[in-house]
Amino acid sequence: MRRYSIFAVAREALRYHSGWEKAWASPEPKKRYDVIIVGAGGHGLATAYYLGKVHGITNVAIIEKGWLGGGNTGRNTTIIRSNYLQDPSAAIYEKARSLYEELSADLNYNVMFSPRGLLMLAQSEHEMRGYKRTVYANNLQGVETRWIERDEVKSLVPILNIDGPRYPVLGALYQERGGTARHDAVAWGYARKCSAMGMDIIQNCEVTGVRTARGKVVGVNTTKGEIDCNKLAMVVAGHSSVLAEMAGFRLPIESAALQAWVSEPIKPTIDVVVMANLVHGYMSQSDKGELVIGGGTDGFNNYTQRGSWHHVEQTTRALVETFPVISRLKMLRQWGGIVDMTGDRSPILSKTPVEGIYVNCGWGTGGFKAIPGSGYAMAELVAKEYSPLAADFSLKRFKEGQFIDESVAAGVAH
Amino acid sequence: MLTLTCPCCGVTVEETELAPGGEAHLKRFGPGSSDEEFETYMFARKNPKGVHFERWRHAYGCGKWFLTARCTATLEVFGSYPAQTTEPPAELIAKIKEKRPGWEGYK
Ligand SMILES: Cc1cc2nc3c(=O)[nH]c(=O)nc-3n(C[C@H](O)[C@H](O)[C@H](O)COP(=O)(O)OP(=O)(O)OC[C@H]3O[C@@H](n4cnc5c(N)ncnc54)[C@H](O)[C@@H]3O)c2cc1C
Ligand SMILES: [Zn+2]
Repeated sequence: MRRYSIFAVAREALRYHSGWEKAWASPEPKKRYDVIIVGAGGHGLATAYYLGKVHGITNVAIIEKGWLGGGNTGRNTTIIRSNYLQDPSAAIYEKARSLYEELSADLNYNVMFSPRGLLMLAQSEHEMRGYKRTVYANNLQGVETRWIERDEVKSLVPILNIDGPRYPVLGALYQERGGTARHDAVAWGYARKCSAMGMDIIQNCEVTGVRTARGKVVGVNTTKGEIDCNKLAMVVAGHSSVLAEMAGFRLPIESAALQAWVSEPIKPTIDVVVMANLVHGYMSQSDKGELVIGGGTDGFNNYTQRGSWHHVEQTTRALVETFPVISRLKMLRQWGGIVDMTGDRSPILSKTPVEGIYVNCGWGTGGFKAIPGSGYAMAELVAKEYSPLAADFSLKRFKEGQFIDESVAAGVAH
Repeated sequence: MLTLTCPCCGVTVEETELAPGGEAHLKRFGPGSSDEEFETYMFARKNPKGVHFERWRHAYGCGKWFLTARCTATLEVFGSYPAQTTEPPAELIAKIKEKRPGWEGYK
């Protein structure tokens, strides 16, 4: 694999860009792998990458039914933050956020990480108390966040209407090193490195069955035939219940549609990410100039990647009230993804009832920010059977009642 | 937009008038049950890609709960029936089987 660099750009500029290689190979599957990962989203690819980089396991296949990064990884609004309330969440999300800081250099691929700052607006007394509590928790966890008063909020976001009248802004939870990244680039960067390490990324290949013998995984059936493995990692987000069913167990997961949409591109208007959880909307501006907007999840089980219209209406209405200047913008396009929701709104990184099968799912509406940390922890879990970062996110917590409750802290989908 | 017919008051309404209530026909376990039974009742869900039996409440109408069979892969609605039953009515099962020949059936 040739390195990307300023010299490579200059060299290619001189020869009509004829020398760029394919970023990753598209091999036919082998008969057998040490580890098969189902799902080439960010989490599956990152798991593969750290398996190779940290644990030296490279006889790995990543099997994807569509195209890599075509699931939620390519459909999200790219918000990155680690201002969660509970200690296990702070640990894994902050690990992820800190890996994002170096990710472009590590992957030799520009993931356009932009730590532009992120604000969660407090628009009620209750929210204000909640966010102050989060700030105290974050300070103890070593996550850098602070509470800012409304004047500072207004100076960071001049287009914000802080006076209400319905929901005046009382202040905000501010994470200065939160922000966004380029979602496709995260998937592509990991894929390129995995391919360079000799791993097989097999696209347009659906896993249709899981084979087990005496309680242990043997391999998978796919639309490209049977493939054997020692270990199997299911990293399929909204399709986790479908994969689990193939292996004969159930998960505490429900799949639902979450949507996002973008406006026509405009001049730079807002250079931070703003989340207004009370009114259920959030907004940032992409490098192309589009305002990127998201809101809430549908309440019913759904695999269609099509969400309900009234969520678009409600969120847009709320944001027009929050940012009056956007009221005459046209919305360009809207799309949906299928998110994997758990009851405590925290992910699952766990062994399963079947020996050799591991799951990484339940990231729901907020797993883009977690990709590097999740992949790091999942690789450790698969390679060594234990990962300190993943330990609290095991399936056992549902039986033991050891929930990692982030449902109040998160409030809105992001 | 999803539209369902409430079997209690007979009107067909859009989803903004309804509140979703998750998987139907769960067997309840309470005090005295094992950890496994309680965990299964509370959390383990079928969450199928296909035919799903689910609870809805006509929240901004008659206020009553009812049950619906719906396809989560296409959003096609097969029908609704009253909540006072432990399993889907036979006619509804037959109707679904006709539309989804490959369906493994209820349970
Ligand atoms: C609209 C929207 C906005 C969001 N906004 C944010 C945000 O701002 N910040 C944030 O942190 N998170 C956000 N998220 C959540 C985030 O996108 C997800 O948590 C994350 O991308 C999940 O990554 P993944 O790799 O687990 O899943 P995916 O990227 O969905 O990858 C799973 C892959 O598995 C494949 N697959 C499924 N079944 C099979 C099979 N049988 N065989 C082979 N392959 C299979 C799928 O095709 C898919 O490519 C948002 C999500 C949505 C939908
Ligand atoms: Zn009714």
